[in-house]
Amino acid sequence: MTGNVWVLAEHWRGRLSDLTLEALALGRELASGFGSPLEAVLLGGPALATGLGAADKVLSVDHPSLAEPNPEAYCRALAALIKARQPAVVLVPLSNVSADVIGLLPARLGAALLNFCRDARVVDGKLEARCLLYGGKLETTVTVAAAPALVGLLPGSRPAAATGGSPAVEAVTADLPAEGRVRFEEYLDPAPGDVDVTQQAVLVSVGRGIQTQDNIALAEDLAAALGGVVSASRPVIDQGWLPLTRQVGKSGATVKPKLYFAAGISGAPEHVEGMKGAELIIAVNTDPGAPIFGVAHYGIVADALEVLPALTDAVKARKG
Amino acid sequence: MNVLVLMKMVPDIVEELEIGADGRSLDLDAVRPIVSERDDHALEQALLLKERAGATVTVVALEAPEVDEVLFTALAKGADRAVKLTGVEPAPPTAAAAAVLAAVLPKVPNLMPVDLVLAGCQAIDDLDGVLAPSLAERLGVPYLGIVTGITVEAAGAGGTASVLKEFAGGTRGRYTVCLPAVLGVQAAEKPPRYVPVAKVRAAMKARTLEEIPAGDGGAAQLVEVAAMTKPEAAGKAEMLEGDPGAVAAKLVEILAARGLA
Amino acid sequence: MSLTMPVPATGPTLTLDNLLDSPGGRELQSCIQCGICAGTCPYGEAMDYPPRRIIGMLRAGLAEEVLASDSLLFCVTCYSCMAKCPRGLRLTEVLLPLVKEQVFGRLPEVPAELQKALQNTHRYGNPLGESPRKRSAWTAGSPVPVRVLATDSRPVDVLWFTECYTAYHPRGQDTCRATAKLFDAIGVDFAILGHEEKCAGECARLAGETGLFESLTDANLKVLGKYEFARLVTSGAHAYDAFTHEYRALGFDQPVEHTTAFFARRLDRLKPLLRRKLGVTVTYHDSCALGRHNGMYDEPRALLQAIPGVKLVEMVHNRVNATCCGGGGGGMWLDTFFKARGQERLADRRVKEAVATGADVLAVSCPYEVSRFEDSLKVLGYEKRMVVRDVTELLAEALGAPEAA
Repeated sequence: MTGNVWVLAEHWRGRLSDLTLEALALGRELASGFGSPLEAVLLGGPALATGLGAADKVLSVDHPSLAEPNPEAYCRALAALIKARQPAVVLVPLSNVSADVIGLLPARLGAALLNFCRDARVVDGKLEARCLLYGGKLETTVTVAAAPALVGLLPGSRPAAATGGSPAVEAVTADLPAEGRVRFEEYLDPAPGDVDVTQQAVLVSVGRGIQTQDNIALAEDLAAALGGVVSASRPVIDQGWLPLTRQVGKSGATVKPKLYFAAGISGAPEHVEGMKGAELIIAVNTDPGAPIFGVAHYGIVADALEVLPALTDAVKARKG
Repeated sequence: MNVLVLMKMVPDIVEELEIGADGRSLDLDAVRPIVSERDDHALEQALLLKERAGATVTVVALEAPEVDEVLFTALAKGADRAVKLTGVEPAPPTAAAAAVLAAVLPKVPNLMPVDLVLAGCQAIDDLDGVLAPSLAERLGVPYLGIVTGITVEAAGAGGTASVLKEFAGGTRGRYTVCLPAVLGVQAAEKPPRYVPVAKVRAAMKARTLEEIPAGDGGAAQLVEVAAMTKPEAAGKAEMLEGDPGAVAAKLVEILAARGLA
Repeated sequence: MSLTMPVPATGPTLTLDNLLDSPGGRELQSCIQCGICAGTCPYGEAMDYPPRRIIGMLRAGLAEEVLASDSLLFCVTCYSCMAKCPRGLRLTEVLLPLVKEQVFGRLPEVPAELQKALQNTHRYGNPLGESPRKRSAWTAGSPVPVRVLATDSRPVDVLWFTECYTAYHPRGQDTCRATAKLFDAIGVDFAILGHEEKCAGECARLAGETGLFESLTDANLKVLGKYEFARLVTSGAHAYDAFTHEYRALGFDQPVEHTTAFFARRLDRLKPLLRRKLGVTVTYHDSCALGRHNGMYDEPRALLQAIPGVKLVEMVHNRVNATCCGGGGGGMWLDTFFKARGQERLADRRVKEAVATGADVLAVSCPYEVSRFEDSLKVLGYEKRMVVRDVTELLAEALGAPEAA
């Protein structure tokens, strides 16, 4: 397998994502394994090239239809670039911004995809990846020999590479129509006035294990006692028990609080992505095999409905 | 308006998943199939479009264990037609499934052209590909995924849909998509509706599934699975034991040590 | 004696259209519109169509208006209206299930929690959504061996139908282990169905999901037909109701007992073994299914009074007047819906009454009640003043050596 190692630089509303920097760290190892350069592909947002110094070079593609996330334009630009330059591996961060690309590219290129990848390395000139399936319950080790290999990368594979660094930038023209079949119109931001979970030092987060909307009060009690707020994983938000602004995870907020208390959350990758950066993660779940225990610092196999009030009492008692 | 909904079966992770004797695949005997959760949302979104604007909704699935009940349930919920593609390999890789669909859909009587194809934007077994965008590529139509809202502005040739795509923190992006298109649904505008068991049973008696023979997907397998394992659960977490009171006492000490309590 | 194939109910199926003309319905014609049903209904304030109005509307040919309302979701099938009706009309047995079935079928949206419980019951045989393969997992912590018929199918005296909450919910599992201990203590030959058991389905039926109930009875009767047993004993109060009435009508002809009645009838063997003094004041909550519907008020009280050191006190509303915990007829999964409509949880109401007796223990005999009342105690802040125990838990606690005086 020969060719460069590429990272699709993911950015949104003027910022490079942390996942991009993690991908660059992993990408650097793979590039060393292949003995080739590491390049970042930046679609739109050309000013952000200065943050991609962890790569040897930035291929910057700019076009009006790349100003906001657009899978159609992304895929067309990236596919053309891949066909022209024949990289060995393309790491694509798995997030709402880039996920559609991971779905379109393999079919467009007839290329291999290794999705839900949590780790990768080069073995005997082939790419070997560890991918999480079935809600994080099983891991497959897969290898691919044919280039280009497309990798859908989960958060947490490596610590983020350093940002900044003035890399070499090559401007690439994109062959994109003035108006594509998918057109971005506007953002609809949620109503202000609710809590910003990303700014909280303490989050008490609830998942399916909270069982009913009423039980969320137990989490609110603990949050109040600890000076934090309640957040939730997708299933609780889908039920309408808490507003969208409280959602932590791939489609919600990414949080890095001092304390993330996960009550009745199984820990599927989409959720873990949003909270694995927390300084202290404590998880309560009745299932000893729950994936959340793989990311938590402390774990308790128990019913959250029992532990929440017990902990609230203990915290209040300590305050006296 | 003509809407197609793709539904596929995946392993139900409520059950324990066992690894097969070869160490690199699922023990299929232990697997209990369930319809992919996002596909249920795709069906619900299609039914909402039908209720709001009128549409013919056709559900299509590849033959698989227990898929019949899923198709009859879709009919009981209000889908107009249910098509089962037979003669396919069990649990085909995504590329093969997309190839089969792209080849066979034009052969289903009175089906194509459709204005919209809806499917879940992701499934738990999407190792080698995602079905909805793979199909979009093969059909040569546009794709947008992580969709949480759809309004068809105009059907037919030159038609468009206004589509909401979900981003982080509750923000959504509004896009205009030219039809026909494939949309990958994350969540329907309402949770998937309930249909009484009696209605499903009635559908099983009164309705029929259209069975269309499909062939081999014929797509090459580019990825080799070397091993399948259970990730080390609790490999990282220090587990605390005891009744809720004892655990709470330990936790308070941990929190206090970091100035959190 | 093995089970014969279920016999379909004879006669035309009752529907709302033919209801008033049927033998069961003709009695409804004698309703005098007194309104006692509405007055005794625990959710009377929220009930737009108590039985009185339903009958009135049916007579006036206005059934559709009743069925289009979701007000009947408030009916927790507590049998109060039926017990108090001066005409003795079988409201909760005949009228309400038919109306609730039609209402359920017409709901534009089924409340999310109830939907989930029904879907789980259909798919996994229990409303909690746990794997059927884990239905006998509780036996791993049992103090005595528990035979599972799927692995050892020899004939048995007692087929113990544990039911869902008892098998899966942590507090229900405590009841299971206590019950197994009691069976063992008095030398009962018993076995469970384990993963072959599915929800008896009574609450699904009374929520209006009769199709689901049918599929459950089909499955359960088929499994029961495989084994030889002399009697069925169940820990579920609603299951007891289902087996005694609906399953009986479908041809299930073995004797059926609830665990409290079973042990009460064997008190002569059990009482000498209850040697540990508990020293608590207990108030007993009559569950609607066992109490009002089947008249089993004395059996649980006899058991409690047989325990050394137990002082029994009664709540203001007891026996036929007991107030419902709100778990029947789908209510177990509708608390969020009830709250959204500005109604109090019935379990909270009942717990206040229990606490007012000054008792230490609220004793119950239905698996829903343990979790509902414990929840209410926590929410109301009484969890230090009172605990909830199933009657079998108290009995099992009393087994063994007497404590030092």
